[in-house]
Amino acid sequence: MLSILNELKVPITNGLLLGGLYGIIGIGMSMIFGIVRLVNLAHGDLIILASYLSLVAMTFFPVNPLFTLIVVIPVMCIIGFIIQYCLLNRILGKGMNPPLLIAFGLSIILQNLLLLIFTPDARTLLTSISVKTIPLGNFLNIPLVYLVDFIVALVSIALLSRFFNRTYMGKAIRAASDDEGAAQLMGINTKTIYAFAMALASGTAGIAGILVGMTFTFYPHTGPEYLIIAFGVVIIGGLGSLLGTFLGGLILGLAQLLGAHFLGPGFQLLSGYLILLIVLTFKPTGLFAKG
Amino acid sequence: MYGIERGSRGLSGNGGSIGVNSLLRVQNIDVFYGDFHALWDVSLEVEEAFVVSIIGANGAGKSTLMNTIAGVLSPSKGTIEFHGKRINGLMPYQAVAEGISMVPEGRRVFPRLTVLENLEMGCYIHKARQKKDKVLRKIYELFPILEERRNQLSSTLSGGEQQMLAIGRALMCEPRLVLFDEISLGLSPLVIKNIYQRVKQINTEGITALLVEQDIQRSLKAAHKVYIMQSGRIRLEGRPGELSSENIHKAYFGL
Repeated sequence: MLSILNELKVPITNGLLLGGLYGIIGIGMSMIFGIVRLVNLAHGDLIILASYLSLVAMTFFPVNPLFTLIVVIPVMCIIGFIIQYCLLNRILGKGMNPPLLIAFGLSIILQNLLLLIFTPDARTLLTSISVKTIPLGNFLNIPLVYLVDFIVALVSIALLSRFFNRTYMGKAIRAASDDEGAAQLMGINTKTIYAFAMALASGTAGIAGILVGMTFTFYPHTGPEYLIIAFGVVIIGGLGSLLGTFLGGLILGLAQLLGAHFLGPGFQLLSGYLILLIVLTFKPTGLFAKG
Repeated sequence: MYGIERGSRGLSGNGGSIGVNSLLRVQNIDVFYGDFHALWDVSLEVEEAFVVSIIGANGAGKSTLMNTIAGVLSPSKGTIEFHGKRINGLMPYQAVAEGISMVPEGRRVFPRLTVLENLEMGCYIHKARQKKDKVLRKIYELFPILEERRNQLSSTLSGGEQQMLAIGRALMCEPRLVLFDEISLGLSPLVIKNIYQRVKQINTEGITALLVEQDIQRSLKAAHKVYIMQSGRIRLEGRPGELSSENIHKAYFGL
C-alpha cells in the first residue's frame, strides 16, 4: 500500500498543481458560456496573446513575468470589453451561428497577427521560477512553477468569487445570466454588463497566459491547445460555479498525469479526454453544475 | 382624496384632466410584433397617486401595453409621456431611471440569487443605491417574510412569496409608477387578497399603480379607474362605479 502511494505521489501532486493552472485556463470560458451563452472559440488565442503581451512588457521592464500581470490584466480587460461591446453584442439573440463565426474569425486573426509580429519561433517567459524545485523533506520534490501556477490560480478564483458575491456589478452579471429581460427591467443595461463580463473573462485569460508562458513554451498557434483544455474543464466542472470549474481543472490535470504514469507519456492527453468522455456519458451537465 | 373629475372619454373629450395631475399619458400608440399588429390606436392616462386597472381577456394586448410603457417594446406611432417628458424609444433600463418600475408577468425573480440579492438588484441604479437601507427597511415592514428568508435562494420560495419578492424588488428604486402585470396569476385566493392589500398600502404612500388583471371584480374593487381592452384596442374607460356590468361584459367580450 505504502509503495503504491510512494509511486503515485509524484503524478498526484503534479496533476493537482497542473489542474490549478487548467482551472484558470477554463474559468473565463466557463464564465462567458454561462453568462452570455456564447462559446468563445478565441479564448485560447486570448491566453496566448497575453503570453506575448507579457513577453513585450518584459523587454521594457526586465522583471519577473508575474509582475507583468499589473500591465497585462488591464490591457486584456480592455481588449475583452471592446470585443464584446463592438462585435459580439451586435449579434446577440441572432442564433448560435453568428457568435461562433465571429469568435472563430477572431481566433484566426489573432493567430496570424501574432505570427506576423513575433515570427513562428518558440518563446517562453524566462524566469528563475521555471527551473527551481522545492523539496518537501526527502519525500517529494515539487516544481516551483507548478506551485506558483496553482496558488495564483486559486487566489484569482477566490477574488473572482468574492467579486460575484459582494459587488453590485457581480450580482448584476449573475442576474443578467439568470433572466436578461428581468434584469433590464431592474435598470441594468445588460449589453454593458456583458461587455464587463467579457472584460473579466479576458482578464483571467491574461493571468492564464502569463502562467502558461512561464510553465511551457508557446508559439503563435498554440491557442487552440488551451481552448481544448478550457473546453475539457468546462465540461467536467459544469456551469454555474467558479469552484466547480476549478475542481474540473483539478480532475482533468489529475487524469492526465495519472494516465501518463500508468500508460506512458504518450497517453497523457488521451487519458484526460477519456475522463471527459466518461463525464459526458454519465453526467452531461458536468459534475458540479448548479441550477 | 383623489376625486375623479373626468368621466368617460366620450363625455370629457381629450382635454387634460382638471384638478388631477396626469403622471403617464399614452396617446394613440400602435405596436407591432414583427408583422403582427398588436395594439391599435391605444390611448390611456394615469393620474398621479391613482390605481388604474387594465382589464381584458387573454391576448387583448394588456401585457403588450405594459411592456411598451416599460420600454421593452417600442410603439411605431403615437407618444408616451411620463410627467410631461416623452419616453417612447427609451430602453427598459432608462425607463427605470425615469421612475417607472415593473412587476413582470410570471414574477421572474432571479432564481440563483438570494432574496436579499434580488432586492438589491431592484436598486441597481445609482441614485437608488444610496437609499438602499432605508427602502429595504420599509419593504421588510411591508413583507416581513422577505426579511425572514433574506438569505434563501429565491427559487426556494413559494409562489406567493416570490410574488411579494417581485413587488418588493420593483419598489427598491423608489419608483413613481409601478406596473403590476398579472400579479394574481396562479396564486390562491387568500394570497391574492393579501397581495392586493399590500398594493393598496403601497398606493396610499403615494405610489401610482397601473394594474393588469384578468379578474374583473378584483380590478373594479382595487382601481380608481379602469380601462377595458379587447383585440388590441381600448373598448371602454371609466371609474368603476360608473360602468354598468352590462357594458363591461360587452367590452370584455367584444360584443
